[in-house]
Amino acid sequence: MITLDKLSKVFETPGGGTVIAADQVSMEVPEGEICVLLGPSGCGKTTTLKMINGLIPKTNGKIHVAGRDTDELNPVELRRSIGYVIQQIGLFPNMTIQDNICVVPDLLGWDKNKSRKRAAELLELVNLDPGIFLNRYPKELSGGQQQRVGVIRALAADPPVLLMDEPFGAIDPINRAVIQDEFLKMQKEIRKTIAFVSHDIDEAIKMADKIAIFRDGKLEQYSSPDDLLARPANDFIASFLGSDRTLKRLSLLSVSDVMLGDQIRVTAQDDVSRARDMMREAGHKNIVMVGPQGRARGFVHLNDIADVQGRVEEHYQALPTVVNVHDDLRTAVSRMFRHDTTWLACVDDDGFFKGFITQRAISHALGATYRDAATVAAK
Amino acid sequence: MSIKDTLKQDNIRTRIAFVIGLVFGVGLMAGEQGFLGDIWRYYSEDIIYLAKQHVILVLVSSGLAILVGVPAGIWLSRDWMARYSETALQIFNIGTTIPTLAILALSITLLGIGFTPAVFGLWVATLLPIVRNVYQGLREVPAYLKEAATGMGMTPRHILLSVELPNALYVIFAGVRTAVAVNVGTVPLAFLIGGGGLGELIFTGIDLNDPQMLLAGAIPVALLSMLADFLLAKAQYWLIPRGVNPLR
Repeated sequence: MITLDKLSKVFETPGGGTVIAADQVSMEVPEGEICVLLGPSGCGKTTTLKMINGLIPKTNGKIHVAGRDTDELNPVELRRSIGYVIQQIGLFPNMTIQDNICVVPDLLGWDKNKSRKRAAELLELVNLDPGIFLNRYPKELSGGQQQRVGVIRALAADPPVLLMDEPFGAIDPINRAVIQDEFLKMQKEIRKTIAFVSHDIDEAIKMADKIAIFRDGKLEQYSSPDDLLARPANDFIASFLGSDRTLKRLSLLSVSDVMLGDQIRVTAQDDVSRARDMMREAGHKNIVMVGPQGRARGFVHLNDIADVQGRVEEHYQALPTVVNVHDDLRTAVSRMFRHDTTWLACVDDDGFFKGFITQRAISHALGATYRDAATVAAK
Repeated sequence: MSIKDTLKQDNIRTRIAFVIGLVFGVGLMAGEQGFLGDIWRYYSEDIIYLAKQHVILVLVSSGLAILVGVPAGIWLSRDWMARYSETALQIFNIGTTIPTLAILALSITLLGIGFTPAVFGLWVATLLPIVRNVYQGLREVPAYLKEAATGMGMTPRHILLSVELPNALYVIFAGVRTAVAVNVGTVPLAFLIGGGGLGELIFTGIDLNDPQMLLAGAIPVALLSMLADFLLAKAQYWLIPRGVNPLR
């Protein structure tokens, strides 16, 4: 969808020297994916992004957007067909929210009624009430609200491609996480092809289908977040990603990916001997007790019932905590550490017991990538 | 100076104008039968006739200054003019350091006496604040707004008309207000080169040592300048979109 072919940018400095801001960058962003351009400041990521819509003229190379060579397009028309979001948001203070959203549709000469209706729909998409916000001015909105409007303004004319230059950089961390989640949810439906500049590694891991790491104008590595974290191509990338990069991979996997599902369970009325047998058979030290509907209620430890009689309800302990199957592994590990436990019961949104997750299973899952690589290397 | 300060100043200015107006009003009522009443009785015809001339001088000269100053300011603010614009503004600045009286005198040598040289002199005096504020206002529009506009596919003309000018409008208006205030106060000098206006009563009053005649010119001039400022303040309030109007 976006293809860069040996794209270069050479700036001339006033002293007569030259600075290579982008050096033979070749990459492709497939349709419907988010590609995050990541790197320290001055690495050429923003320059590369701005060359795509011609805000910075390229020195060399080819750019194809939606299959068309950008050299053959009028830059103004090209830009109208690409959504653009900047860090400073750039809502026009003199226009109402409605008019701000409709800037590109108006430039394209859309029917006013149609574009105004679309503005209202888009506002609803980001949970802003059109009745309240359509006729407000940007200064009457909070930073987070402005940023949401900035994003939907870029979507107003329904462009297939979106360029985002640190779009969530100016918002406080709490709001940023909320907007990121909203945006990802939206992206699941709208499936835009997005090039996204960021200097925040955590944001990149969260948002990206692919990450492109830049240094000194060169594209150093271009791969999926998990692959990047598991196998950084060189020392620079490894140190940029941080020594805790394996931990960062935790947020890429969800509990359901490593959960041991459909597990043995007991109810309050079951006899402890039954619980004992089930645990010995499965080789587990614990078993979860569920309520009549199947909600997780507590657990029984093998040692507690090694030589007692009676029913499970007389011997069970409360679960210290549970984890939702949709949570990421980072949350799961954090809960385990918090409650000094090596396993957690997993529940769905309604509290029904779905399985359990162990530290062993998590480290096994993280290690799988490395083991695969070792087998490939050994062959 | 931040906009808030200007705002505060505007507020103070409005209040001062109001108080002065009140004082004049009370004075007028109190003097209905006395001093001021006499002025009105003796000079009402002159005042009305000359005030008309006065207003025409103001309207023509400041109108021309706006017509020339706004495009000039826009032109100087363009990126390709950046190298010359400061120099150009310095020349304008030097222009204002010349006393208006001298400019009026100089314009006699070019245009003779009468209405035309008076308008020319006033136009020169009024031009700078307008050009300067248009230029400043446009340059102060944040670069990221222009970048966002360009990135969304606006043409330079679009950007000027729907982003730059609206966002500079408050500063531009402030320039126009200053310019008109200067203008109204300078118009009495036009009498000296045969341009007419209320200056005729003031200067003649001084020459004849006739305070009544002097005040017959001075009071209407003061009222006119307050009226002009009041009208422009109202226009500033209502014409500038709410999103970029710190007053609303």
